[in-house]
Amino acid sequence: MSGHANTYVPKSRLAKWFESRLPLVGLMHSSFVSFPVPRNLNYFWTFGAILIMMLGLQIVTGVWLAMHYDPSADKAFNSVEHIMRDVNYGWLLRYAHANGASMFFVAVYIHIFRNLYYGSYKAPREVLYILGVIIYLLMMATAFLGYTLPWGQMSYWGATVITNILAAIPVVGDTIQSLLWGGYSVGSPTLNRFFSLHYLLPFMIAGVVVLHVWALHVVGQNNPTGIPIKSGKDAVAFTPYATVKDVFAAVVFMLFFAYWIFYQPGYLGHADNYIPANPAVTPAHIVPEWYFLPFYAILRAVPDKLGGVILMFGAVLILAFAPWLDTSRVRSSNYRPIYRQFFWLFVIVCVVLGWLGAKPPEGGYVIASQICTFYYFAHFLIVMPLVGLFETPTALPGSILESVTGPGKQIESGSGMPVGAAAAPSSKG
Amino acid sequence: MTMTRALAASFLAALVSLAPAHAAEAPKPPREEWSFSGIFGKFDQAQLQRGFQVYREVCSSCHSMSLVRFRNLAEPGGPGFTAGQVKALAAEYKVKEVNDNGEEVERPARPADAWPSPFPNDKAAAAANGGKAPPDFSVLAKARTFERGFPLFVVDAMPFVGYSEQGVDYIHALLNGYEDAPAGMEVPAGTNYNKYYPGHLIAMAKPLSDGQVTYAKGENGEPVVPETVEQYSRDVAAFMSWTAEPHMEARKALGFRVILFLILLAGLLYYVKKKIWADVGGEVHGLQPELHKTG
Repeated sequence: MSGHANTYVPKSRLAKWFESRLPLVGLMHSSFVSFPVPRNLNYFWTFGAILIMMLGLQIVTGVWLAMHYDPSADKAFNSVEHIMRDVNYGWLLRYAHANGASMFFVAVYIHIFRNLYYGSYKAPREVLYILGVIIYLLMMATAFLGYTLPWGQMSYWGATVITNILAAIPVVGDTIQSLLWGGYSVGSPTLNRFFSLHYLLPFMIAGVVVLHVWALHVVGQNNPTGIPIKSGKDAVAFTPYATVKDVFAAVVFMLFFAYWIFYQPGYLGHADNYIPANPAVTPAHIVPEWYFLPFYAILRAVPDKLGGVILMFGAVLILAFAPWLDTSRVRSSNYRPIYRQFFWLFVIVCVVLGWLGAKPPEGGYVIASQICTFYYFAHFLIVMPLVGLFETPTALPGSILESVTGPGKQIESGSGMPVGAAAAPSSKG
Repeated sequence: MTMTRALAASFLAALVSLAPAHAAEAPKPPREEWSFSGIFGKFDQAQLQRGFQVYREVCSSCHSMSLVRFRNLAEPGGPGFTAGQVKALAAEYKVKEVNDNGEEVERPARPADAWPSPFPNDKAAAAANGGKAPPDFSVLAKARTFERGFPLFVVDAMPFVGYSEQGVDYIHALLNGYEDAPAGMEVPAGTNYNKYYPGHLIAMAKPLSDGQVTYAKGENGEPVVPETVEQYSRDVAAFMSWTAEPHMEARKALGFRVILFLILLAGLLYYVKKKIWADVGGEVHGLQPELHKTG
């Protein structure tokens, strides 16, 4: 997997026998035990582990819910209520799953903004990063499909709006729409298809997560300084150092998650979804879940349907080009005084877009959405290339160790961590 | 950060100036005190029983409650009727079933049966009620809400000051919101003016009036609570809160224990983490011994 030394030595006869046939334990050991981790990582670097936990929880609760759920238009709504009322701890499973989706997105947004702030997408981590964008896209598809399953008003009308959006895609749009609908409008066949796909996609996510972790372990982790590991003194072993930190952070995140499950289980959802789906009655405002609101605002900022669709998908896809749009030689925004301000402006614009996505598309809200949409794209297409060219970064520390202990200090003890490939992966591609 | 701040400030100023476009809507339902709100909230059994009585004597002639079963009325965290009371109550109702000869017959309801609906189907319910079926009561308290606006909606999510009873407050307000239409407003036949209903014109006529339901008297023969619309609406709204969320008490109780456990676990892990990292924090490099030797 990665180039650094594999320190796993099988001890028992059985372990030796197995390792010589499939070096799985050695692989796990080099990836999660002896893997060198920059010693200066802050808690924003624990969200990778938190996201893996959330994916696991969503799959476990989802598999259990599927045992009691009935994906037909007539019965879906009541089968969800059957889970809430009659299944032992069904309310817990369902609230954990529904709020788990929101928590998954909370974690992924922190993970993405951490990546953008510290320039983690830059060489040599482009492939690692693009795999992350693919996971994000799959997550969005999975969450959308999942939200249709309770078959309430928002489920039904959300499915109607999104499938109509897809129909705007030139040439293949109608075919995609018919394939998803399984008929001439959103109905029972659609729900069956969505349920099937909702069960499929998380396993695809899990597959891409394996690639994501693999790529991470080839190129190594970025860190708050953005400079690579230069010697073993810059690193600590994944286990126990990163492991215990990740577990602690995961438990704190669970605490946050538990609050929503037990005390605000409906807050992140929408009241209209407790009204059974009714094709004859359109809700006053059709609003997606909070994590889609910025993209919904971008979609509605454009008066033209196809234009809106292009911008909405473009807003996600443009993330994948960040490694080549950013011209800065320095990764971390800690040393980029100008770019740092644009970064925070970008964060504010994303939050405001989210707020606008929940507002009706009229008057000043549309104008504000258009201004924010402009900045969203300008951040990638104008700010990233230009600031990198003109900005003078502040002085970088000599090493990761120096950033922790202060400059000029000599380290006497410790022979250091074996690093190798994780320290300096091949140069820019 | 100055540039960011200036831009953020001008953004917010622009947004605030957009807001009044949506002012002239129905007034917000007032926030009521409920025994079941908050982290330690529990239903008031006597209130749920009174609310059930109001539902049974008034609302149930039009509104179904199809997801609630008779047995639920005796389950923990609910109105607290006894199994015997529920059995006797169920027997007062008739449900249809197909017998072994394939004939549709009526039999007395059992505790496992769902609450019988007042109309055979939605179309019959709509036909008898001016074209629109009265909504089912089962999850209605969770299906209704009103916008709180910024910044209240942020506060509503927080512990201790949080707010998740918008639906119940709306129902309570709606039942007290029948009044004369303002001068100049036309109220078409088949509709009624209601202060809190979105658009103000509601098909349901004022369903409750003072003294309409006779509550059980206290030991001294005096009424325990007033027999007024205000009290009836409060009781029936609380009852609907229970039908929408029958496991709420179990949820809040379990949540408290889960959160206590997680706080304890997080505290222990914090010190474990601190101890493990103690030898890394300074100048001494803290790797496992075997890692020093290899590589």
